[in-house]
Amino acid sequence: MQTIGIIGAGKLGITLAQLAVRAGYQVLISGSGDPGKIRLAVDVLAPGAVSARSQEVAESADIIILALPLGKFHQLAPQYFADKLVIDAMNYWWEVDGPRSDILPDDQSSSEYVQALLPAAHVIKALSHMGYHDLYDEARGKDLPGRKAIALAGDNTADIAAASELIDSLGFDPLPIGQLAAGRKLEPGGPAFGVDENIQALRQLLG
Amino acid sequence: MKKDTQPEYIFGLDSFGDLAAKKDGTMTNYAEAIRLVIKESVLAEKVGIDAITLGEHHRADFAISSPEMVLAAIASKTKRIKLASGVTVLSSDDPVRVFERFSTLDAVSGGRAQIILGRGSFTESFPLFGYDLRDYEELFEEKIELFSKILKEEPVSWQGTHTQSLDAADIFPKTESGKLETLVGVGGSPQSVIRAAAYDFPLMFAIIGGSPERFTPYADLYKRAVAEFGRTPHPIGMHSPGFIADTDEEAIKLAFPWFKEQMDRVGKTRGWAPMSREHFLGEVKHGSMYVGAPETVAQKIAAAMKAIGATRFDLVYGFGPVPIKARQRMIELYGTKVIPRVRELLAGN
Repeated sequence: MQTIGIIGAGKLGITLAQLAVRAGYQVLISGSGDPGKIRLAVDVLAPGAVSARSQEVAESADIIILALPLGKFHQLAPQYFADKLVIDAMNYWWEVDGPRSDILPDDQSSSEYVQALLPAAHVIKALSHMGYHDLYDEARGKDLPGRKAIALAGDNTADIAAASELIDSLGFDPLPIGQLAAGRKLEPGGPAFGVDENIQALRQLLG
Repeated sequence: MKKDTQPEYIFGLDSFGDLAAKKDGTMTNYAEAIRLVIKESVLAEKVGIDAITLGEHHRADFAISSPEMVLAAIASKTKRIKLASGVTVLSSDDPVRVFERFSTLDAVSGGRAQIILGRGSFTESFPLFGYDLRDYEELFEEKIELFSKILKEEPVSWQGTHTQSLDAADIFPKTESGKLETLVGVGGSPQSVIRAAAYDFPLMFAIIGGSPERFTPYADLYKRAVAEFGRTPHPIGMHSPGFIADTDEEAIKLAFPWFKEQMDRVGKTRGWAPMSREHFLGEVKHGSMYVGAPETVAQKIAAAMKAIGATRFDLVYGFGPVPIKARQRMIELYGTKVIPRVRELLAGN
């Protein structure tokens, strides 16, 4: 069984932990600092998931999902992410992060920036465009009617395949849209941000 | 054998002071929107609604930035209705002043004041009052702790980081009951739920999208945290937007463009795609928009309250540019038809 490590135990992190436990993965999840602070929330909201420190989560996981505020991302130590598949579910959020140019280069998607800071990791942009409550409500088994789609972007075909498999098992149809630079379309202000649609409609929006 | 008694159910109306559409199609100005809320609150009491909750905002689409001022005016024209703020953005306010203002409202209203503290889902108040958004978490954490001490209505000594330090400071006016009613409003952050339990406050869920059942585990989390901290279990409430008309078709047809305008206006600043009709209908059917005829809305409210174990439901009314007349009709239907029906449904289990 694969281990999914989720960094960030807020609304999105907890929702993804719920979906990953349901899909049968081993799930580790961390907040900032002491795992004791999130233990109760994890035990009640995502029973089966285990709270740990971020370093431990990154080291033990086969796939890491980043679900912390983008503005706090630089606090993570890059060495623990080397050679790992890292799903970047973070979004630049002007209300808490300030002007985009303060934390992100203008000519890059936020996931390209994440990749630049984690040079040895295999970064995929995904699970960031659909609201966390839609993620919770809309996850459903393969081939069930009304299944929704999650777009993903990445620079490497094998990574896209692995991330697609994860998205599928969490309950969504994966829709690859190209390289990390294309991830910009999934960011706030982009055509897919906040959207929960099926694969045809999402493809059309991003086409 | 002791028979189970019915919990005390509370049904409220919530407003942020949205500008309403006038007869001639133009919008009210801010002052008119505030006076409209006062008038509607008088009507709300008359038709049997238990609480009016006014939220603090600092943006162009909402007229109310000082809920307690409006609530004080409502107090002078009503006798029974609870007067709540939802929310008071404590992070960018002074806990001492918040207590002073609401204990004054409590005096004016004969003990009807309620504060719902929160972090707010908007952030305009931070730069406006000279706070740094990077201190978002720390500000709320520190201020809620100070506020919980002030609520004891005894001299407070306090060493502040983001707040003033106090040396046995006594704060006035004291309330007659000795307890200014205070709740915490949360939008789904697990840590906020735990915090409300830690500081011994009742909880209000702000549910503005998705299935209400999603919050059932959060209600469990609250109960578990209450037990773990050895606190008293308090009631749980919820608030969601809605629109009621005489028939489902009329309610849906009328509400869609109003809800869309409001959602898209907020969405534009947050980078969401515009709300589709399909998404709206999904929210009406399975989600958190309580739109329809009285029976439909009553069934939906009762189901949500049962799922979450909530004993209070506040309906956000006048969401978007709703005409004055439609707002009034909705309040009448909510008070005279929906609330009695929800009580019936909850009593019947």
